[in-house]
Amino acid sequence: MRDLLKRYWRTLSTPSKFYSLGFLVVSGFIGGILFWGGFNTAMELTNTEQFCTGCHEMRENVYQELQATIHFTNRSGVRAKCSDCHVPKDWTHKMARKMQASKEVWGKIFGSIDTREKFLEKRIELAQREWARLKANDSLECRNCHDFNSMDLTRQGKRAADAHSTALEQRTKTCIDCHKGIAHRLPDMTHAELR
Amino acid sequence: MTAILRRTIAVSLVLFGTAAAAAGPTEGHDPLRGRTAVDDMTRPPSIPTAENRDLKRTRSYAMQPPTIPHSIENYQIDRFANRCLMCHARARAGETQATPISITHYTDRDGNFLADVAPRRYFCDTCHVVQMDIKPEVAVQNTFEDVDSVVRRSQARAKAVPKKK
Repeated sequence: MRDLLKRYWRTLSTPSKFYSLGFLVVSGFIGGILFWGGFNTAMELTNTEQFCTGCHEMRENVYQELQATIHFTNRSGVRAKCSDCHVPKDWTHKMARKMQASKEVWGKIFGSIDTREKFLEKRIELAQREWARLKANDSLECRNCHDFNSMDLTRQGKRAADAHSTALEQRTKTCIDCHKGIAHRLPDMTHAELR
Repeated sequence: MTAILRRTIAVSLVLFGTAAAAAGPTEGHDPLRGRTAVDDMTRPPSIPTAENRDLKRTRSYAMQPPTIPHSIENYQIDRFANRCLMCHARARAGETQATPISITHYTDRDGNFLADVAPRRYFCDTCHVVQMDIKPEVAVQNTFEDVDSVVRRSQARAKAVPKKK
């Protein structure tokens, strides 16, 4: 084993005998582009609605609920898909989120929410985790589209304008504090903080 | 032309006429479809939106459950959550400035006061409803009269009839 490692290290550390430096640089460059492009394409693939609803856990539960809401069905035809709210846009945070999401693969394999009953039972935990995430990043995924500085408060209802011009403007509250359960149904809130 | 042939033509004409009348009821009085022919599509009126002005409306009678002055589209009211109570609950009314649910909502049917909203009063939209943003002429007409005007009329009538001495 030790000998094998030594042999590989020797091969890697000695200069190339057959390939020119130019060839190695160019092939490394092209290989890098292919690898990076492939990596990003695969990453984007996991952001599609088709990928998310590929599992029945998402398709039968949360995706059905989403379809009735304003974020899916509306007059202007703008639609927020799963990843618009649940995956950060910038690269670093996206990578972090994708790594966390590997736990969801674990959950899928061991069927932690593979029935409706299990899902309803676990829903409060899942929801609270997502609320905490949005609270911590100041509702970043909401604000990707809903920019406070672009809001015309005079075009809002009285209740909305009142809340937005006070708590939201002073940053004492963030979007998710009030707008829970707008894209999905709420979990059993009996023991939740809200209400 | 023989008499028999003439009679046959007359009878067949009558029969044909009845058959045509039976086969083509192009005009009906279906309350939902109106005067639309059976093989035609109706053009339903557009769905009005709920009035969303946040202005309390006058109650038509003292015990009337107040109507909801805002849109409640997609509000969740089930055994898991009650979106109305997120603002209208006693504990939340101060922060949200929503009208808190009245004291009657805390009593069960035996008149016992409970700590929280009584289960029989949990489903808000059983009694409280939104009003659609339409002209009053379009709404279903009725002959409801406010009790004040009934009282005023009877008072006026009492004044008109001279009292016996």
